[in-house]
Amino acid sequence: MSRLVVGPFNRVEGDLEVKLDVSGGWVRSAEVVSPLYRGFEQILQGKLPQDALVYAPRICGICSVSQSIAAARALAEAQGLGVAANGRLAIDLIHATENVADHLTHFYLFFMPDFAREAYAGESWHQAAASRFRALSGTAAEEVLPARAQWMHMMGILAGHWPHTLGIRPGGSTRAVTANEQARMAGIVGAFRRFLERTLFADALERVANLSTADDLASWREEKPALQGDFRHFLAISEALGLDRLGRAGSLFMSYGAYHAAAGHLFRRGLWKAGCPTSLDLSLITEDTENAWYAPAERPLPPTSGETVPGDGTGKGYTWCKAPRLAGEAVEVGAIARQLVNGHPLIRDLVGSGSGNVHARVVARVLEVALVVTAMESWIRDLRPGEAFCEHGATPADGEGTGLTEAARGSLGHWLKVRNGRIANYQIIAPTTWNFSPRDRNGNPGPLELALEGAPVLAGETEPLAVQHIVRSFDPCMVCTVH
Amino acid sequence: MKRPLNLLWLQSGGCGGCTLSLIGAEGPDLITSFATAGIEVLWHPSLSVETGRSVVAIMERVTSGEVPLDILCLEGAVMRGPNGTGRFHMMAGTGRPVMDWISDLAAVAGHVVAVGSCAAFGGITAAGANHVEACGLSYDGTEPGGLLGHGFLTKSGLPVINVAGCPIHPDWLTETLHQIAAGRFDESHVDEWERPVSYTNHLVHHGCSRNEFYEFKASAERLCDLGCMMENLGCKGTQARADCNIRPWNGSGSCIDGGYPCINCTSPSFEEPGHSFTATPKVSGIPVGLPTDMPKAWFVALAALSKAATPVRLKTNATADHVAVPPHDRQKRRP
Ligand code: SF4
Ligand code: SF4
Repeated sequence: MSRLVVGPFNRVEGDLEVKLDVSGGWVRSAEVVSPLYRGFEQILQGKLPQDALVYAPRICGICSVSQSIAAARALAEAQGLGVAANGRLAIDLIHATENVADHLTHFYLFFMPDFAREAYAGESWHQAAASRFRALSGTAAEEVLPARAQWMHMMGILAGHWPHTLGIRPGGSTRAVTANEQARMAGIVGAFRRFLERTLFADALERVANLSTADDLASWREEKPALQGDFRHFLAISEALGLDRLGRAGSLFMSYGAYHAAAGHLFRRGLWKAGCPTSLDLSLITEDTENAWYAPAERPLPPTSGETVPGDGTGKGYTWCKAPRLAGEAVEVGAIARQLVNGHPLIRDLVGSGSGNVHARVVARVLEVALVVTAMESWIRDLRPGEAFCEHGATPADGEGTGLTEAARGSLGHWLKVRNGRIANYQIIAPTTWNFSPRDRNGNPGPLELALEGAPVLAGETEPLAVQHIVRSFDPCMVCTVH
Repeated sequence: MKRPLNLLWLQSGGCGGCTLSLIGAEGPDLITSFATAGIEVLWHPSLSVETGRSVVAIMERVTSGEVPLDILCLEGAVMRGPNGTGRFHMMAGTGRPVMDWISDLAAVAGHVVAVGSCAAFGGITAAGANHVEACGLSYDGTEPGGLLGHGFLTKSGLPVINVAGCPIHPDWLTETLHQIAAGRFDESHVDEWERPVSYTNHLVHHGCSRNEFYEFKASAERLCDLGCMMENLGCKGTQARADCNIRPWNGSGSCIDGGYPCINCTSPSFEEPGHSFTATPKVSGIPVGLPTDMPKAWFVALAALSKAATPVRLKTNATADHVAVPPHDRQKRRP
């Protein structure tokens, strides 16, 4: 048995180190290390509740809107405040803009560049992948960055400043959109649709959204040459490398539900367990700090009474990430979980009753781009310029609230407690806290730790390629993980 | 031909938001911007292919002097805790505190650029009791010091350049890098906090679309009202140094156009204003923190005068979320 320490692990958001025990050409076990602690839960102690809307988004620059929404919803619950109808739509649009940008950034800048590596030089597909996806110099980045920047003009109109907007409030959004801006946004989404249909899919969004089985997806891929559309390009590489056999974790998936404008969610809330839907009981969530560098706790605590007391970074633990568990079980979250819970037939077919894998995770994210951009077109149409975008309320001196939402990479929750007009406790569980959690006190590994077991390690590899694909298929956000 | 300038980017106690803002650069995009400045990215954690040992090898070749480092960018605060050990942020794969890597790299760098308010002053990471001991490169909040010490000069003879902001506007950095690359960035290009004057010679108030409301002290009462946010909603636009309303964010936005106040994110210690960010502290009804270069008595007298003269249009629109009373042409009425 030999030990490999892989880090700094880049093209993820934030800092990550992965420790691997390797023998016989594969990973026997893995420890996932989050080496940065900033202490937002401590910072928020004693602050005015409404100021959480300044601090919380700054947990993360890649999904800051998701953090804002979770904070705003926790405050809204504490206030018993409803959200103006226009505000719901505006918040969904802001959120969708961020999530879609995340999916795009992940696919083009973080995930695909690994296929341009020299280690793949012998593969028949390598040359095309290298010229398209090479980091900093591939042709894709040059097309995607301007398209992404244009896309972010949605943020300019709806939210002003991104990341770290202050415009998402418990009762809606501070920016009442005018009729001409509604028209401008329709134009921005339309232009982005053209980019996606030309560059990413080489097909209509609706075609992609309606693919319903693995066979469907395979025949769609074969309709055109492999290099028509970057998604098709990915599918060809994925098949050549067998990415569907790589990075299998558990079979329990969770979604808090995403996009709230209509009655209910666009993507519903719930669990998907070994191939069956089940309902989600939030009271079963706890966080275990047994293997993290925190003051010892007698038992795992629910977030409503969670504690964050950092140790000195030495001793028994191996990470700053806590281990959230649902009724004691590790849970995978992300686009794959959202689409399984919501019942998208393609993703359900790709996963079946088994576990997620590199291929299915990436397909779910790209598929979501098609689903969400189409939904945004109708949300823009539903806006009613001239009517209110925000309800107003006051935070009570004492109260509690839970704010749940979905960031691009999975379920995000904020748990707020207010006493005497100040924040008495604030606990955050981010998507990557679920996915990259360490072992709990019963020795159960987190989803990535499990997904890495069995990954092939070729002779002489110090940063095994398989490990890189697996880690990046989760699109970890390490700054959120510990916060 | 001139050799390209080498740039190395590290992240420590921040949120990655400055990088994410930066990749939204437009006209030109970020990659083109580096290329046209003649900057070669040795490594950037979000953009580069090198991972693990090859990154450590790059950093070692730089610290040993084998590869020249022209520009070191740090994003995020320096993490000195707990108890000065730096263990709250260890550099992955090296078993060494990131703060030690930063010191070693800064010592050999031609220019050091603090990207964002965290790297400049500690920023949000230093909020609250700051039990993580977060600081900037040459400031700890408003106090000179930080990791490198206030007297620290890079090989170019310049202090740490503080491109402050939470996050930065992409242009604030790309223009600074272009100036450095052209050899045209010197002491005269920074203000008293070593921030590039290219954006801090302006106030956020300049070019604000609410200036007409400001003139007549027609004030917003609730977030999303159209009026000036200085009197009631905590706007620091008249003191905050940045060109946010001259140079829009994300194509067309700014904090104020987004309907919420400026919280002065480019300034040291903005994270602890001592009052709610979205409320204006007042003493006997008069806002504290009036425009910095105006005698208070004058301001109060002028405000009283202009309040008395506020046109109905502005008075009404100030507390509406959309234009309720449009300007109209006296010569021509609607049929
Ligand atoms: S809202 Fe702020 S920046 Fe705009 S006019 Fe008022 S004080 Fe100036
Ligand atoms: S308006 Fe103020 S808070 Fe907003 S980005 Fe500019 S300086 Fe920062």
